[in-house]
Amino acid sequence: MDNLQTYLYISAILFSLGLYGVITRRNGIAVLMGVELILNSANINFVAFARFGGMNFSGQVFALFVIIMAAAEAAVALAIIINVFNNLDTVNIDDARELKL
Amino acid sequence: MNNLLSISLFLPELVLTATIIIAIIVDIFSVSNRTSKVSNYVIIGLLATLAAVFLTNHSPTTLFMDSLAFDPFASFIKSVVLVATLLIIIFTRYSNEFKGYHTGEYYALLCIMVFGMFLMASAIDLITVYLSIEVVSLMSFILAGYLKNNPRSNEASLKYVIYGAFSSGIMLYGLSIIFGLTGTTKFFAIRDAITTLDSSSNLALTLSTVFVLAGFGYKISAVPFHFWTPDVYEGSPTPITAYLSVAPKAAGFALMIRFFNQVFVDGDSLSTLGWYADVSFAWPEILGVISVVTMTMGNLVAIQQNSVKRMLAYSSIAHAGYMLMAFPTISSEGVFAVMIYLVMYLFMNLGAFFVLIYVAQKQGGENFEHFSGLGWRMPIVGIVMTIFMFSLTGLPPTVGFIGKFYLFVAVINAGSAFYWIAFFGAINTVVSLYFYMRVVKTMYLDGNPSEEIIVPPLSVTLILLVLAVPSVFFGIYWTPILNWVNNSLLFFVQI
Repeated sequence: MDNLQTYLYISAILFSLGLYGVITRRNGIAVLMGVELILNSANINFVAFARFGGMNFSGQVFALFVIIMAAAEAAVALAIIINVFNNLDTVNIDDARELKL
Repeated sequence: MNNLLSISLFLPELVLTATIIIAIIVDIFSVSNRTSKVSNYVIIGLLATLAAVFLTNHSPTTLFMDSLAFDPFASFIKSVVLVATLLIIIFTRYSNEFKGYHTGEYYALLCIMVFGMFLMASAIDLITVYLSIEVVSLMSFILAGYLKNNPRSNEASLKYVIYGAFSSGIMLYGLSIIFGLTGTTKFFAIRDAITTLDSSSNLALTLSTVFVLAGFGYKISAVPFHFWTPDVYEGSPTPITAYLSVAPKAAGFALMIRFFNQVFVDGDSLSTLGWYADVSFAWPEILGVISVVTMTMGNLVAIQQNSVKRMLAYSSIAHAGYMLMAFPTISSEGVFAVMIYLVMYLFMNLGAFFVLIYVAQKQGGENFEHFSGLGWRMPIVGIVMTIFMFSLTGLPPTVGFIGKFYLFVAVINAGSAFYWIAFFGAINTVVSLYFYMRVVKTMYLDGNPSEEIIVPPLSVTLILLVLAVPSVFFGIYWTPILNWVNNSLLFFVQI
């Protein structure tokens, strides 16, 4: 348990789950949850590399910044989704199709 | 350079921060209907920032414990971004899309975005790379959806935020692998660490760089990370569309140039560039294919559009492809060509978008049919739009020709291995002639020429001239730009 590889496996699994969520889910909020999983898988990588690689603290610092950015991003994204819901009565990203692809 | 010493060279950013704070405070204390007041303060603040960019002279160095670079290249990109922002603020004041909206914080958000692009232009640390990209992205999500009651604007911001958050997440995962492989977040330390890696980590390195490329590609809207571009560009308020197609792209290219030139390239200075021999992956080929696919896709889809705004969105994808042509060569000549193109592109693209804003107000729409007969009814607008369309195609004697000329020269000079990129670039230029000339044809050959002639108000004529005169002037006499770019082609490099 206490080795780098375990953490890398966990983060890779988390990354894949996030990717799967973003690609398959059509609900805007579910897609955002997938993005959060991807961000956190990167965080696990950073902290694990910093802890086991015998490196300085930049990994932990990076992870802290990512947590802050993720919070800011979630706030903006949820505000946008609420606004879309007010106007279009849906949070499904496929229903927002006024602009043709 | 340590933190305390760095502050004196951080002057442009400090002035910009003061501008942001002043914009927010003025907005709070002003009567809600007179929000153009904020834009006056912001214009003064940005002009002061531009002055500060030119005044802070120092030999290339790093700021804040090696997290930002201070060099002429960064100052160049900062000036380009500032000029674009000033023009966009003037566009916004003129545009009627914001009627009924409180635009006070709009200008503050725009300034925060400029701050993010300043950091993008000078980032030499993975943490700064991620933070600056996110700052720019978050602000552009909000600005794209600024028209809260307009469903199209809502949809644009929704699509933007989903694609943006996703691709920055992918990029972050790539950055974490690079950090794991090299044990550092500084560009130069990464470069040194990569040389000591053995071949077993080639796969991880390649994969992580592809992930990072997803983040960069999304910022400059290169295929296959371009899906958000047409919808976001069509749905956003037109001034923001114009802004997104110029300024963040310039900053994104700056970041990409810095990343590839300083991490993957074996050189102490720009004069001796060349790809690392021990990075076995075919980077030049990959970037070349991305460039060719990007311009071909942009041009082929632009042909089918009925909306001029959407056509310009696809054309901006194609132009990103043209600029990417110079990347595989990784020569200082290629970087030089990209920098020239960024300046030229600023004038012609913002000009085309301003004509679009004006025509949409007068004719009530942004489709081709709204342009029919325009050349006879509004002679000045017609002539100016023709100049911009010629320029976007790359016909002499306009700036677009000079920009493309240097790009092609850089590709051809790089050797016969890159001829195919130039070949596709030339074909694409011919293809793009069709839809740019369609605008000119619609303006002059379609519709009924009426006797009535509309002369735009003086302010509009002035803005049009400010954009159209450089588009022709620098197409004939481009030495000033050449000198400026030549002096700016100096990176901070750590040996």
